[in-house]
Amino acid sequence: MFKARNYEFFRDKAAFGWNFLFPFLIIAGFGIIFGGREYSGFKVGIFPAATASVPLAHSSLPPKFVATRHLEFIGLPTFEEGLEKLKHHRVDFLVRLDSPSRQYWLLESSPKGYIVERLFQAALIPDGPGYGEKVAVPGGGIRYLDWLFPGILAMNMMFSALWGVGYIIVRYRKNGALKRLKATPLTAFEYLTAQALSRILLLIFSLAVVWLGVELIFSIRVAGSYLDLLIVFTFGAMSLTSLGLLLAARGTSEEFTSGLVNFITWPMMFLSEVWFSLEGAPQWVKSFSELLPLTHLLRAVRKVMNDGATLAEVGSECGVLFGVTLVCLVLGAALFSWND
Amino acid sequence: MTPPILEVKNLVKRYRTVTAVDGISFAIRSGICFGLLGPNGAGKTTALEVIEDIIPPTSGEILYNGAPKSASFREGIGIQFQHTSLLNFMTVRETLLIFQRLYQETERIERLVEICNLHEILDKMNDRISGGQAQRLMLALALINRPTLLFLDEPSTGLDPQARRYLWEIVRRIKAEGKTIILTTHSMDEAEYLCDEIAIMDHGRIIAQGAPAELVARYCAGGTISLPLANVRLPLAELPFPSREVNGRLEILTDRVNEGLEQLLALKIDLDEMTVHSPNLEDVFLYLTGRTLRE
Repeated sequence: MFKARNYEFFRDKAAFGWNFLFPFLIIAGFGIIFGGREYSGFKVGIFPAATASVPLAHSSLPPKFVATRHLEFIGLPTFEEGLEKLKHHRVDFLVRLDSPSRQYWLLESSPKGYIVERLFQAALIPDGPGYGEKVAVPGGGIRYLDWLFPGILAMNMMFSALWGVGYIIVRYRKNGALKRLKATPLTAFEYLTAQALSRILLLIFSLAVVWLGVELIFSIRVAGSYLDLLIVFTFGAMSLTSLGLLLAARGTSEEFTSGLVNFITWPMMFLSEVWFSLEGAPQWVKSFSELLPLTHLLRAVRKVMNDGATLAEVGSECGVLFGVTLVCLVLGAALFSWND
Repeated sequence: MTPPILEVKNLVKRYRTVTAVDGISFAIRSGICFGLLGPNGAGKTTALEVIEDIIPPTSGEILYNGAPKSASFREGIGIQFQHTSLLNFMTVRETLLIFQRLYQETERIERLVEICNLHEILDKMNDRISGGQAQRLMLALALINRPTLLFLDEPSTGLDPQARRYLWEIVRRIKAEGKTIILTTHSMDEAEYLCDEIAIMDHGRIIAQGAPAELVARYCAGGTISLPLANVRLPLAELPFPSREVNGRLEILTDRVNEGLEQLLALKIDLDEMTVHSPNLEDVFLYLTGRTLRE
C-alpha cells in the first residue's frame, strides 16, 4: 500500500509538478518581491525625502535605529503623504528627519507601530537629547482592526469563490455528473450562470454572517455607507467567482486544479495587501498587483470602510472588477467543456 | 414511409492514435430495441456517445427522424450512462425534481417511481443507495422527459443476477409503451433477452447485424452434443462426424441435432450425462472473431 501510494503520487504528473514547483515558486516569489532582501516586517516612513530609497547613513535618525534589522525605511516627500500612508497602515511609523526633537507619529492601534516606537526610543537612549517627541495623529487614523478586517473578508471571499466554484466543477466533470447534465437541454451558459449566482449569493451570505459575528465581539467602524459596501463586495464576489469558473473550464484532475487554485490564491493573498502593504516593494510588483482583482476589491472596500468613500469614488475599482468578471465569464464559457 | 427514428451513416470517431469507431452504419426502426453487442473496448460506448451528441464525431452522419439532429434532439431522447455520478447532498426525490426542471415536457414523478420502483429510496441520499437502485434511478432520470428514443449504456453491468433480471423487466415494460431503445451490452443474455435487432461490434466495426435468432441461424446452425469421453468405446476417427476432445468430454458439432443423436444411438454409445448446446450469440461472436465476448 505504501509503495502503491508513492507510485500514485509520482505518476500523477500534474500533482507531482505542483507539489514541487509550488513551494519553490512561493519562495522565489517572496525573494523577488523583497528584492533579495529579507522580509521587512516593519515599515518606517521618513520625510521629507526626495526618493523612496534614502541614504540613511548621515541622516538625523539614530544610527542604532537605522542599523536595526527588519526595519525598512521608506522616504516620503511630505508630511501629508506620510500621514496618509500611516493612517492606512501602509507604513507603521513615521519620523520627521528635519526635526531637532525627533518628532514621530504612529497609530495607537497598530501593533507594529508600537514595536517600532520601542526600538526608536531605545535607539535614542545613550546619545539623544530625549526619547523623541511623540506627536498625536490628527483624527486618530484607522484602527488596525478596521484596516485588517476588510482584508480578511476579501481573502475569505477569494478562497470560497475559487475553491467552491473551481474545484467543485472539476470534480463533477471527473465523476461524470457534468456529462449527465450535458445529456439534458441545459446549456453551458445556463449551468455556469446558475453556479455563479449561487456562489455570489453564498459569498454575500457568509460575509454577512462573519461580519455579524465580528461585530458582536469588536465593533467595526464603517465610515462609508453599508449599501455601498455591499455593492462593492458584490462586484468582488462576481469577479472572483468568474475567475473560479474560468479555472474550472477544462480539466478532470482535481489535483491539478487545486494546484492551479493555490497558484492563483497565494500570490493574490500576498500581493493584494491583505496582510501587509506593498509600500517599499519594487515598482513592477506593485504593477503586477494591479492585475489582481483582489487588490481592487480590497482597495475599494478599504476606501469605503476606512475613508467613507462613496460608490462614485470607488467607481474605477468597481469598473476593473466588472471588467474582470466579463473577461473571465466570456473566456470561461467559451472554453467550457462538460466532459474533458 | 416514415424514416427510421435514427440512422447512422459511416460514423467514425478517431482519437490521436486510436480509431474507436471505424465507419459504422445502421438504421433503427421506431419501437424496436436495438443492441450494440461486443466485448469491452469494441467501441460501443464511444459510438453511443457520439450518437447522443456527448462527444463529436470525426466524420459521418447521424439522422434523427430523417433529419440532422437539432435542438429538439435533447428534448426527445433519454440517456442512461455507464459511469456517471449525480450531484452531491441530494435525495433521490430532489434529484428527480431537479432533472424534471430541465425539460419542457416531463413525466410525473409518481409514475417514474412506479415504473422504476423507487419507493423505498425516495428520501435517501443519492450516494447512499445500492448499485441496482442507482441504476434504476439513472433509468428514471433517462425517462424523465418522456423520450421517444432511449439510450442505455451497459444497463445491467455490475448488477447481481436478481437486480439484473429486475432491470430487464423494467426495460421490457418501457419498450411495451412504444419507446425505441438502443442499448450497448457485452452480455449475450441481455442482447438475446431484450433486443429485437443487434449489431455485433468488434474493433470499432460492425461485423454482423440482424435479429438475434437470425444471426444464430445464419452463422451457427446446428448444435453441439457433448458426452463424457468414457462413454465412447470406439476410436474417435471411426465416428461418422467431426468431433473433438474438450476437458475429458467429447464434443460433436452437428448441423442437425436430431440426426446426430440418431447416429450416436445407432453406434450404441451411452448417452448418460449427455448435454446438447444450442448455439447463441456468444457462438456467433466466437465464429466471427475467433474470440469469446469476455476476452
